[in-house]
Amino acid sequence: MPDNAASEAKPAVTTTNGAAAETRRQRMRVLISALGMLPVLLILCIGFHVLSEGRFFTGQNLGIVLQQAAVNTVLAAGMTFVILTGGIDLSVGSILAASAMAGLTLSKLPELGMLWLPAALLTGLGFGVINGALIALLRLPPFIVTLGSLTAVRGLARLLGADTTVFNPSIPYAFIGNGSLTLVPGVASIPWLSVIALLVILVSWLVLRRTVLGVHIYAVGGNESAARLAGIKVWAVLTFVYGVSGLFAGLGGAMQAARLYAANGLQLGQSYELDAITAVILGGTSFVGGIGSIWGTLVGALIIAVLSNGLILVGVSDIWQYVIKGLVIIGAVALDRYRLQGSART
Amino acid sequence: MNDPILEMRGVSKSFFGIKALRSVDLTVYAGEIHALMGENGAGKSTLMKILSGAYRPDPGGEIRIEGSPVRIEGPLGGRAAGISIIYQELSLAPNLSVAENIYLGRELSRAGLLARGTMREGVGPILKRLGADFLPSTLVAHLSMGQRQLVEIARALHARSKILIMDEPTTALSAGESARLFALIRQLRAEGLAIIYISHRMDEVYALGNRVTVLRDGRLVGALDKQDIRADTIVRLMVGRDVSSFYKKDHDPEAGRGHPVLAAIDMADGRRVKGCSLTVHAGEVVGLAGLIGAGRTELAHLIIGAAPRTSGRLELEGRPVDIRTPGEALDIGVAYLTEDRKALGLFLDMSCLDNINLAVLGRDARIGYILDRDKARDRANRAFAALGIRAADINVTVGALSGGNQQKVLLSRLLATTPKVLILDEPTRGVDVGAKSEIYSIIDNLAKSGTAILVISSDLPEIIGICDRVVVMRAGHIAGEVRRTETAPLNQEDIMALATGMEHLDA
Repeated sequence: MPDNAASEAKPAVTTTNGAAAETRRQRMRVLISALGMLPVLLILCIGFHVLSEGRFFTGQNLGIVLQQAAVNTVLAAGMTFVILTGGIDLSVGSILAASAMAGLTLSKLPELGMLWLPAALLTGLGFGVINGALIALLRLPPFIVTLGSLTAVRGLARLLGADTTVFNPSIPYAFIGNGSLTLVPGVASIPWLSVIALLVILVSWLVLRRTVLGVHIYAVGGNESAARLAGIKVWAVLTFVYGVSGLFAGLGGAMQAARLYAANGLQLGQSYELDAITAVILGGTSFVGGIGSIWGTLVGALIIAVLSNGLILVGVSDIWQYVIKGLVIIGAVALDRYRLQGSART
Repeated sequence: MNDPILEMRGVSKSFFGIKALRSVDLTVYAGEIHALMGENGAGKSTLMKILSGAYRPDPGGEIRIEGSPVRIEGPLGGRAAGISIIYQELSLAPNLSVAENIYLGRELSRAGLLARGTMREGVGPILKRLGADFLPSTLVAHLSMGQRQLVEIARALHARSKILIMDEPTTALSAGESARLFALIRQLRAEGLAIIYISHRMDEVYALGNRVTVLRDGRLVGALDKQDIRADTIVRLMVGRDVSSFYKKDHDPEAGRGHPVLAAIDMADGRRVKGCSLTVHAGEVVGLAGLIGAGRTELAHLIIGAAPRTSGRLELEGRPVDIRTPGEALDIGVAYLTEDRKALGLFLDMSCLDNINLAVLGRDARIGYILDRDKARDRANRAFAALGIRAADINVTVGALSGGNQQKVLLSRLLATTPKVLILDEPTRGVDVGAKSEIYSIIDNLAKSGTAILVISSDLPEIIGICDRVVVMRAGHIAGEVRRTETAPLNQEDIMALATGMEHLDA
C-alpha cells in the first residue's frame, strides 16, 4: 500500500491524533486502576495512626499487620488467577482447612513428619485441580462447582481430624508461622509468613506478566471463545488457574498450621474466601475477567489487614468491624463498575 | 414539497473536547427514505444517539419536529418525540414473546396483572400489516434475524413513530430477507413514514434512497437528491478522495491451478453442513458464496476443527491431515478469520501487541515458556507497517480502534503464523470504505505470494471483485461453482441463481 500512502496522509493524521488522545486516556485509566487503591491504603494508614494516637506506625504493629495480611494475600493471589479468567473460587477457605488438617495429621507420624508441608500443598493442589477439571472439562459454572466444594471439602476437613482439633506442638518447620527473617540483626526483621506472601506475589507476577501462560490467562478472561479459536487450550488454562488457587490455599493452610500448631476442620478458614475475593476486587481486578494485576491484589489484601488492625486499635467493636468491612466490599464493586464504564467492553 | 417532519440545524456534539459532530444540518420529509452515509466514525451513530435521546447535543443547535422545536432527553425522549431507532444489534429480549417485546416498557395490565391476551390481540393487526409469518405468542429466540427485524419495526409502528431510523439493517440478513425488508420499507414510505436509512452499501442506497446525506469526520459533506445519487460521487464524498481501483486483483488467476493446497472432502456435521467438498490452490482466491444460513461459516468451522464433524477428511498439500482443534489447524498452517471479530476474534481489553502475537507466543518464547518481548514488539511493529494499522502505538488496547484497524490487527495475528491456507469469513464486515480497499489489496498480495485463500462473503460485488472462482453453497450443500471464462467475468446473477436454487428454472 505504499502507493496509497500520500493520499491517505490526511485521514491518517486525524486518526492518530484521536488515537493519541485515546491512548493518553487509556494510560490514565490503567494508572488509576493500578494505583487505584494505593492512595486509599495510605489514607487509611495515616488516618488510623492519627485516630489511635500514634500507635499504628510502630515497628511492632506494622509487623502484626504484615503477618495478619500474609495468609489472605496468598489466598488472594490464587484468587486473582481465577478471577482473571472470569471465574470464582469459593472453596479456598475449605481447602485451606483440609490442607492444614492433612498436614497436621501427617506431622504427628514420627517417620513421615517432615513431609507434612508437601502433603498440605499437594492436598490443596489436588482439590484445586478437581475444581478446575470439573469446570474446564464438564463446562460447569465455576460458582456452582466451587460452592459445592466449599461444602464438600469442609466436610472432608472435619473427617480428617475425626471432627476434633488436631494439635502438634512440635510440628517441623514451625518457624514458618512464628519466626522472622532477620534483615539487620537487632534492628529489622520480617515475619516468615510475610516473606512467603511476598514471594507468592512475585511468582504470580512473573507467571502472569512474563510467561506465555500469563497472556493466555488474560486472553481466556477477556474473550473465551476467541481464545479457543486462537488455538489456546482453554481447558488447560482453567485447570491451571484453579490448580494454582488450590495450591495457594494449601500453602495458606500450611502457614496457619505452622502458626497455630493446631487446626480444626470446622473452624479453620471459615469465610476466608470472602476476604480473598474482597482483596482481589479492591485491587482493581475486574469480576468479568481479563483486567487486573497482582500488585493490586497485594494492596487490596493490605487494605483489609489495615482495616482489621486499625479498627481494633481505634477500639471499634467487633460487630461494627463486620458492618464496615461489608460496606468496603460493596464500595469496591461499585468502583469496579465505574471503572468498566470506560472500557472497550461496554 | 410539504414541510419537513424533522429538521436539525447546526447540531454539534463534542466529547471531552473532541468534536464528534460539527454543526450538522439534516432535513427529512414524511414519506421519504433518507439515506445517511459515511465511514465508521464519521458521526452517524452520534447523530442517531442525539435523536434517540442517548446523547444531549451541545448548546447552539436546534431540532424541530413538524415545525416545533423539541428537546429530546433521556432514553425515552426519542420515542416520545415520535422517533424509533432499529439498531444493528437488535434490542429484543429473546426470552420473551413477540407481543411482550412490542409492548416492552408499556405493558398492559388489568387489575395489576399482565394482560397477555389483550397484548397479543393488540399486536395482531400490525404484524398482519407487515406481512409477518409468525404469531404474537412466538418466542423471539425462535425467530430468524429477518423476522426479528420485523418485530423491531412492529414495535416502532406500535409506538406510533413517525420517524424510523434503521442502522445497517441488512448486515445480518440473507438476500431474500433483505429483498422482503426493502419491500416493507417502501410500503412504510408509502404510508407516510419518514425513514432514515444508514448503510455502507451502495446498492441499497440506490435501490431505496430518495435523498442521501453524507457525513465525514463529523461534518456534513454533501446532501444529494435522487437524480444526483451516483456511487463514485458518494464514495468520493465519504472518503474525501477518489477510490479508483476499489477492488484489486493483480495476482495471476492461473498461477496456482496445478498445486492444490487444501482439499476438504465430504465434510459434514450432521446438521448444517451436508457433505461438502472443495479445493483451494496455491495463489488462488476462492469465494464461498451463499445465502445466510447456507452453512458457509459452519463449513469453515468444520475445516479448522472448531466444530465436531460427523464425516469428511482433509488433505493439506496432498497429504491427509487430521484437524481436531483450531490450535491444530494453526499449527499445520490453516488460519481462519472469524466473521465476528469482537465476539470470536479479538481481546478488546488487551493491547494490539498481545492480540497480534497471541498465536505465536509459544513459538517465540524463550526456554519454551518465558515471553520474548523484544520479538513480540518487533513483530507487532512490522505488522503495523505492513498492514497500515493506524493507532498511536502497539500498546493501545484493540477496543479503542476503528473496525477496519481491528480487522487488520486480527489479520496480523493470523499472518504471524505464516499460514498456507487463509480462510476469511466476511473480511470487510463493519469496515469502512478506505480500510476495505486496503484489505482487498492485502488479500491480493497474499495470493501473489502463494497463499491459498478462501473468502466467505455475503457482499457479492466484493466476491466478484477479488475472487478467481466462486463456490456457492445452498442449504448445507455445494450447489455449484462459478468460474471466470475468457469471454465473461464472474457475474452476480450466476451466483445468486445457484445460491437460491433458481438455476434449475433456467435449465
